[in-house]
Amino acid sequence: MAQLQSPAELEELRKHILAKRDPHKMCIAICAGTGCLALRCDKVIAALKHEIKKQALEAKVDLRETGCPGFCEKGPLAVIYPQEICYFQIKPEDVNEIISKTVIENKIVDHLLYTDPVTGKKAVHESEIPFYKSQTRLLIGNNSKINPTNIEDYLALGGYSALSKALFTMAPEEIIDEVKNSGLRGRGGGGFPTGRKWEECRNAPGEIKYVIVNADEGDPGAFMDRALLEGNPHSVIEGLIIGAYAIGSHVGYIYVREEYPLAVENVSIALNQAEEYGFLGTDILGSGFDFYIKVHRGAGAFVSGESSALMTALEGRVGEPRPKYIHTVISGIWDKPSTLNNVETWANVPLIINNGAEWYASIGTESSKGTKIFSLVGKVNNTGLVEVPMGTSLRDIIYTIGGGIPEGKKFKAVQTGGPSGGCIPESLIDSPVDFDELSALGSMMGSGGMIVMDEDTCMVDTARYFLDFLADESCGKCTPCREGIDQMLTILTHITEGEGQDGDIELLEEIAEVTKNASLCALGQTAANPVLSTIRYFRDEYEAHITEKRCPAGVCKALISYYIQPDKCKACLICLKNCPSGAIAGGKKQIHIIDQGRCIKCGICFDVCPQRFSAVKKISGRPVPPPTPIEARTIEERKPRRKQ
Amino acid sequence: MVSHIDPAAIDTIIDRYQGEEGILIQVLLDVQHEYNWLSQEALKQISNRLGIAFSEVYRVASFYKAMSLTPRGNHLIRVCLGTACHVRGAPRILDNVERALNIKAGETTRDMKFSLERVNCLGCCALGPVMVIDGEAHGNLVPAKVEEILNEYD
Repeated sequence: MAQLQSPAELEELRKHILAKRDPHKMCIAICAGTGCLALRCDKVIAALKHEIKKQALEAKVDLRETGCPGFCEKGPLAVIYPQEICYFQIKPEDVNEIISKTVIENKIVDHLLYTDPVTGKKAVHESEIPFYKSQTRLLIGNNSKINPTNIEDYLALGGYSALSKALFTMAPEEIIDEVKNSGLRGRGGGGFPTGRKWEECRNAPGEIKYVIVNADEGDPGAFMDRALLEGNPHSVIEGLIIGAYAIGSHVGYIYVREEYPLAVENVSIALNQAEEYGFLGTDILGSGFDFYIKVHRGAGAFVSGESSALMTALEGRVGEPRPKYIHTVISGIWDKPSTLNNVETWANVPLIINNGAEWYASIGTESSKGTKIFSLVGKVNNTGLVEVPMGTSLRDIIYTIGGGIPEGKKFKAVQTGGPSGGCIPESLIDSPVDFDELSALGSMMGSGGMIVMDEDTCMVDTARYFLDFLADESCGKCTPCREGIDQMLTILTHITEGEGQDGDIELLEEIAEVTKNASLCALGQTAANPVLSTIRYFRDEYEAHITEKRCPAGVCKALISYYIQPDKCKACLICLKNCPSGAIAGGKKQIHIIDQGRCIKCGICFDVCPQRFSAVKKISGRPVPPPTPIEARTIEERKPRRKQ
Repeated sequence: MVSHIDPAAIDTIIDRYQGEEGILIQVLLDVQHEYNWLSQEALKQISNRLGIAFSEVYRVASFYKAMSLTPRGNHLIRVCLGTACHVRGAPRILDNVERALNIKAGETTRDMKFSLERVNCLGCCALGPVMVIDGEAHGNLVPAKVEEILNEYD
C-alpha cells in the first residue's frame, strides 16, 4: 500500500474499498473481545472457520472478529449482517445450526435469540433488545462493524475523514474553538474542559510538545477504554492526530496498562497500518504535518493513571504524582508542554470535527455534553457497557437498560467513580447522571464505572474495600494520604471485625477531612469519598456494626455465624462432604450440626445446600441457637401415605 | 524450577529500543514477561547498560505490580478483587485459594507449582468473580469449585 498523498486519494481509496464490498453479502460479526474470550468465544470462532471452509461457503459468508459491542452478560455473541440478527450465548455446538439454518437457508435460530426475562418474548434485532435500544451508541456502536486489525473496515465507515477535514479545511485554532464550543469534558474523571486544555498547551512556550492517550484504566469495575482500544483503535488514533495538529505536537504516546494485552496488540497493529496508509509519519496525507505515536505499557500502579504521575512513568521512572503548581500543559513530559486525555475523550474528537460543535452540544445536559460510556456491573441483570447521553437517570441505566437486580433481590446502592467515588442510595435513583450532579451527591463521574449493589452488600465492608485498595495503591509520597488512608482503614477494619467503638464514625469524618484537604494528588484528595458517602447515606449500617455487633447484609465474617436449621435439614450429606474444615457433624438420617469452634466461615455449606432445602442460614447480631441434642437428631423416615 | 535469566537475552531486549529515552520500564516488563521474574543480576545488568543507578532500577522494579523480584511458580493465579467481583463474593474465592494452596496472596508454593496474586480488575466484570490461571479465565466462580479447578493444573 502506497501512502496516501491527498484527501482526494483517501476518498478514492474509500470508494474502492466500498466498491469491493457487497453490502448484501452475509457477514457473521463475532465478538473477540476480552469478555467473550473469557467465555471461550475462540472455540466458537474456530468452529465457524472450520465449517465455512469445510462447506466451501467463503463466497456466501464473511466472518469478522470484532471488538466488544457491550452486552458481556450474554456472550459469546454475534451479529449477522446485513439482516442484523443478534445471537447470544453461542456455544461451539451451535455453529452447525447457524451455518445450516441462517447462512444457507436464511432462517433464524430461535434459541440463540434474546429472550425477554419478563415477557418471554424473543427479539431478533438490536433495535428490539431493551439493553441496546435505550442507548445512544455513538462511540461503541461501530465495534461490531469493525475488525480492529483491518484499517479498511474503519475506512469503509468514513474513518479518517475527520482528520482530512481538520488538516485541509481548518486552522489549528479553529479546531480548538470547535472542541471548546462542543463542551467536551475529559472522560478520565476530572471533567476538565478539553478545548481549554488544548488551548493552554498550544499557547505554552516551546517548540516541542507532546500529546498522550491515557489508557491506564485503573478504576476497578471500569472497562470502556479497553473496549474502545481493543475494538476501534483507529477512532482513538484519529482523535489523537487531530489533537496533535491543533496543539502543534509531533510526538504522541499511548499509555496502556499491561493487564490489557489484547488492547496493546490491537493498538500496535492499528498504528502500523495507519503509518502504512499515510495517516501517521511524515507529511500526513500530503499536508506537510508530521506526527509519530509510540506505545508505552503501564506496569501496574493505580496512581500512575494520574496525569503528572503518568508522565513521570513515560520517562521510565517511578510513576508518582508531583505538585501541579505548574500545569502539565506548560511543563509535562521532560518538562515540555503536554496534553493528556483519556481514551474516550480522544475518541469523541473525530465525531465533533465531522458533525460540528453544535450537533455535539445538542446532546447531554447544560454542563455535560455528549454521551458517556458506563460499565454497568455488579448485582445487575444485564452486565456490560452502556453508552447514553449525559443526563440519563440512574434508574434508566440500572432498570431500563440493565434489567434490574437479579434473583428478585432489593437494590441498595450504586457506586460510581471508582475508588474516588461514592455510593448513591436508592432514594436518589432518579438523579440524572452528569459531572456536576454526581459531585453534588458526594460521588463523582470518574471514568464511568457503575457498580450496582443489592441487599447482600455491606456498605461498611464496601468502604473498607476501597480504603484497602487505596492503601495499597497510595504511593506514600505525601503523609496525609499515606497515613490518613491507613488510619481510616484500621478503623473500618475494626468496625467490620466487631471491634468498633463509639466515636469511630466521628473520628473517620475528622481524618477524612484532613486527608481531603492536605493530600497532594487526586488519589488522596478523593480517598475519603467512599467513607463519607457511605456514612452519609448508610449511617445505620455503621451503627449496627458498632453497637449491635451486627452486619445487616451478612457479609462481615467476624460478625456472622453459619447455622443449619434443624427443621429444614434433610441430612443429605452435601455440606458435610464439602466442608473443608470438617466442622460439620452428622450422617445418614442424622441432622447436620456445625461445630462453631471449628467453622472457618468459608460459606461453602451455605452455597452447596440445595435450594429446595435452604437449611443453612447466616446469623448476625445474636447468639447461635444451641445444637440439637444427640437423641433428637435422627430424621424419621416419612412413611408413604396409603390410599384409603 | 527457577528460570535462569540469560544475560545475552537482556542485551537483545535492550538493543531493540535503539537507545530511545525513557525505556527502563519497558525493558523490565520485557524481561519479566520472558522469565517471569527479575533477578538481582538482571537488574544490575540493566542498570549498567542503560546507565541508570542500580538504586533507581531497583526502585522502579519494586514499585510496579507487574514486576516480581522473586521467582514465580509454574502457574500464575490471579484472583480478581475488582469492585464488581468483590460484591459478587471475590474475597471468599481468594480465601479458598489461599487455604487450598496454603499460601497467602503474593506468595509461591514451596514446590514452585503455583504463584498467587490479587489483581484489581481484569475488565471482564460480567463474569465475576473471576480468577485467571496462566491467562485462562475462570468465571462465575463459587468457593466450592476452587479446588476442582486447581486440580486441573499440574
